[in-house]
Amino acid sequence: MSDLASDLSTQPAAPPPLGTKGFFRWAWRQLTSMRTALILLVILAIASIPGSVLPQQGLDPVRVNEWIVNNPTSGPILKRFGFFDVYASPWFAAIYLLLFISLIGCILPRSFAHARVLRSKPPVAPRNLTRLPRSTEVSSEHPVDVVIDSAERVFRAKRWRVRRGEDDGGQWIAAEKGYWRETGNLVFHIALIILLIGVGYGSLWGWKGNVIVVSGKGFSDTLTQYDVWGGGRLVSATDLPPFSFTLTDFTADFERGEAQRGAARFFEGKLTVRDTPGAVPYDTTIGVNEPLSVDGAKVFLVGHGYAPHVIVRDTTGAVVFDDTVPFLPQDGSFTSTGVVKVPDATPQIGIQGLFLPTAALDAVLGPHSTFPAPDDPALFMSAWVGDLGLNSGKTQSVYRLDTAQMNLIGRKALRPGETWDLPEGLGSVEFVGFTRWASLQIAHDPGQGIALVAVTFAISGLLLSLFVKRRRMWVRARPTGTGSTVVAAGLARGDDERLESLVNDVATAAASGTETDRTRS
Amino acid sequence: MTEDMGLAQLSLLIVYLSMAIITMAMVSFAISLAGTRTSKLAARDRVPALVGSVGETEPATAPGSALDSEVPKGRRAANVGMSLTWLAFAMLLAAVVIRGIWAGRVPWGNMYEFSITSALGVLGAFLIFSLFREIRWLGIYVTTVVLLTLGLAVKVLYTEAAQLVPALKSYWLLIHVSAAVICGGAFTIAAGITIAYLIQDRRLRRTPEGAEPPASRLPSAERLELLNYKILTFAFPLWTFAVVSGAIWAESAWGRYWGWDPKETWAFITWVIYAAYLHARTTAGWRGRRAAWISLVGFLAFLINYFGVNLFVQGLHSYKGF
Repeated sequence: MSDLASDLSTQPAAPPPLGTKGFFRWAWRQLTSMRTALILLVILAIASIPGSVLPQQGLDPVRVNEWIVNNPTSGPILKRFGFFDVYASPWFAAIYLLLFISLIGCILPRSFAHARVLRSKPPVAPRNLTRLPRSTEVSSEHPVDVVIDSAERVFRAKRWRVRRGEDDGGQWIAAEKGYWRETGNLVFHIALIILLIGVGYGSLWGWKGNVIVVSGKGFSDTLTQYDVWGGGRLVSATDLPPFSFTLTDFTADFERGEAQRGAARFFEGKLTVRDTPGAVPYDTTIGVNEPLSVDGAKVFLVGHGYAPHVIVRDTTGAVVFDDTVPFLPQDGSFTSTGVVKVPDATPQIGIQGLFLPTAALDAVLGPHSTFPAPDDPALFMSAWVGDLGLNSGKTQSVYRLDTAQMNLIGRKALRPGETWDLPEGLGSVEFVGFTRWASLQIAHDPGQGIALVAVTFAISGLLLSLFVKRRRMWVRARPTGTGSTVVAAGLARGDDERLESLVNDVATAAASGTETDRTRS
Repeated sequence: MTEDMGLAQLSLLIVYLSMAIITMAMVSFAISLAGTRTSKLAARDRVPALVGSVGETEPATAPGSALDSEVPKGRRAANVGMSLTWLAFAMLLAAVVIRGIWAGRVPWGNMYEFSITSALGVLGAFLIFSLFREIRWLGIYVTTVVLLTLGLAVKVLYTEAAQLVPALKSYWLLIHVSAAVICGGAFTIAAGITIAYLIQDRRLRRTPEGAEPPASRLPSAERLELLNYKILTFAFPLWTFAVVSGAIWAESAWGRYWGWDPKETWAFITWVIYAAYLHARTTAGWRGRRAAWISLVGFLAFLINYFGVNLFVQGLHSYKGF
C-alpha cells in the first residue's frame, strides 16, 4: 500500500559523503531519521530496567549500601557507573537527550512542511488516476462540468478542501481532508518536549523536605527545622514560604480482622496552620491523598510512629529531661527504636529504647510488638552513663547512641506510669506515656503545572494523530459523446479500509449528478 | 465483618464455577480448531483468505462480514465456545460485583481483586470485539489466558481483606485502575493476534516462491497485522492516560507525580515499547515481523509490570497481601 507518509517523513540517509560539512549533514540526517528514533526508544526502555531491579539512592539509600556491602566486587563498579541512581545518571540523560534532539530534528522540518501544506491547495490531479492503489472508472450520462460540480458538492458537504482544474479537454477536482492528523502528531511530540521542560524546571526550582513532627509540637518552614531537605540547583533556603503549623492531634487505625491483620487503614493529622508569622491561625486536617496546600508548598503525610514521653531525674531528684522522643518503627507491628540523650545530667545519661505498642517477649525474637496499635504498650530500655560524645565536633544522629565512652548500667522494661530507679543512685527514668508523630513531606514543584498541561496536549494530539484519517481524492472527467468518463482515485496515509468504498461512493455520486445540480441548471 | 463473609464466599464460589465454564469453552475452541482440519479445508482455502475465520466457507464480499450460510463441524464447536464464554463473562461480572458489594467499595483493593477484574476485562474485550469481527479463532488463547489468571488469583493471591490501605482510598482508584484494566484486556487480545500473525507470517515465508501457501485456519497475515495495529491504536492513548492518571494520583498520595517506583518504571517501559511499535510500523524495513515482535515485547513488559512488580519487587505498589 502506498503511503503518504513517505513524502513528509525524513528519508533514510545515504552513505556518508566526504567533507566535514557533508559528514555533519549526514550525521544529522541519521540522528533525525525514524530508524534512529526507534532504536533510541528501545534503548531507553532497556536502560530503564536496572533502576527497577537494583535499589535506588533516591528511593532507598539503606538498601543501596546493603547491596554494595553484600556484593564487594560488582557493587562499587555498578555504583561508579550510576546504576544505583539510574534516572539521574549521565548515560540515562544521554539517551533521552539524544532522543529529544532526534525528535526536535524530525519535528521542526515537519512543522514547517505542515504549515505550508495547511496554507496550500490540494495537489494537482495525477494524469493517470488509475495507477493509484484505489481507483475506479465509471461512465456518466452527464457532461464533464456537471460531474465535477457534483463531486465538489460531495466533497464540500464532508468539509474536504478542494481544488479544480482543467486539462486535455477534461476537468478534474482534487480534494484533501484530515490535516488534523499531522497537526495532532506534531502537537503530541512538541508536548513531550514541553513535558521534559516542565520536569527539568521543577527539578531546578523545586524543593522537597522531610520532617517528623510530634503530636502537640509545631513546625515552621525554615531550613533548620527539616530532618532532610533537598532543593534544585536554583533554589536557596530564603525562598521557603514562611508558614508554620502545629500538629494538634494524630490518629491511626489498623486492620483487626484475620486477613491483612495490622495493615494500616486510616491516618489523619489535625493541624493548626499560620500562612505567615502574623496571620490568623486556622484548623485543618491532613491525610493520605489529602495533602495540605499552603503558600505554594504542599504538605503530604508520608508516615507515622510513636513518641514515648520520658522524664529523667538526676541524683538530686531534679528533672534534667522531660520530653516526647520520636521512635522509628522497625517493622509492620511498629516495634520502634529510639534514643534519649541527657547531656545535662552528671555523668551524662544515654538510653537506648525499644517502644512496643503491643508488647510481647519470646526466646527467638526477644522483645517485639505484635500489633501496631497501642493495646499493651511497653518501653524496654538499656541505660548508659559516661560521655555522650556531643562535644567531639562530629555530627550525631538523634536516633543513635555513641556508646564508645559510656558504660551500660542496666536494663529495664516499663509500662506507662512506671519509674525505674537507676542503679548506684544515678537518678531515675519515668515512662510517663506516649504520643504519636507524623512524618511529613513538604514539597514545592513549580514544573507540575507545565507538566500537566503538556500531558493534556500530548494525549489530545495522540488521539488526533491516531484516529483522524488523512485522505486525498481526485475525480477526473473526460467527455465521451453526450456524457463523460469519470475516474475517481484516493490515497491515504497509513491503513485505510474505508478508502475503497469512499472512492466508489464519490465516483457514483459524481457520475449520477445530484438533484440540486439539476434544479440549478 | 465475619457475618458478611458469606458474600465473599459466594463471590469466590462463582469465580470457581466460571473457571469450570471457561475450561469447557476452552475445550470447545480446541475442538473447533481440530474440527476444521478436515479435507474440506484444503479445498476451501484455495480461495484467497479475505476473512479467513474458523471454518469460513465462502469468500466474503467485504472484509469483516462473516457469512453464516453453512455451519461446518468446527464452527458449531466454536459457537458453543462463544456461548460458554458469554456465560463465564456474566458469572465473573457477578462475582466481581458481589465482591464489591461485600467490601463496600470498588473491588480493586488487592491483587486478587485486580486479577479477577483483569480476567473480566480480557473476556469483555474479546467478546465486545467478537461482535464486530470474526475472532472466534482467538477463543482458545483468550480462555487459556483467563484461566491462568483466575487460577493464580484463587490459588496464590486470594485474600479476605475488605478494607483498603489508606493510599488506595481515592476516586483515582476508579479512574486509574479501570483504564489500566481495559488496557490489560486490549494488550492481551493484541498479543494473541500478534502470535497468530507471526504463525501466519512464518507459514508464508516457508512457502516456496510461486507456490500456494498451505491451508490455514487463521486469517491472513495482512489482516492480523492490521487488527493488531487497530487494537493498539486504541490501547496506547488509553495506556498513556492510565500512566498520567497514576501520576496525578501519586502526587496527592505520595507527594510527587513521578518517582521511578518499580511500578512506574515498568509502566514507562511498557509505554516506550508500544511507542516504538507504533514508530516501527511506519518505518521501512521494520513494518511487519519486527514491529510484531516489538509489540510482543511490550506485552511482556506489561505482564512484568502487572505480576512481576507486585510479587517480586519492593515498592509502593506492593500492597499488603500482595
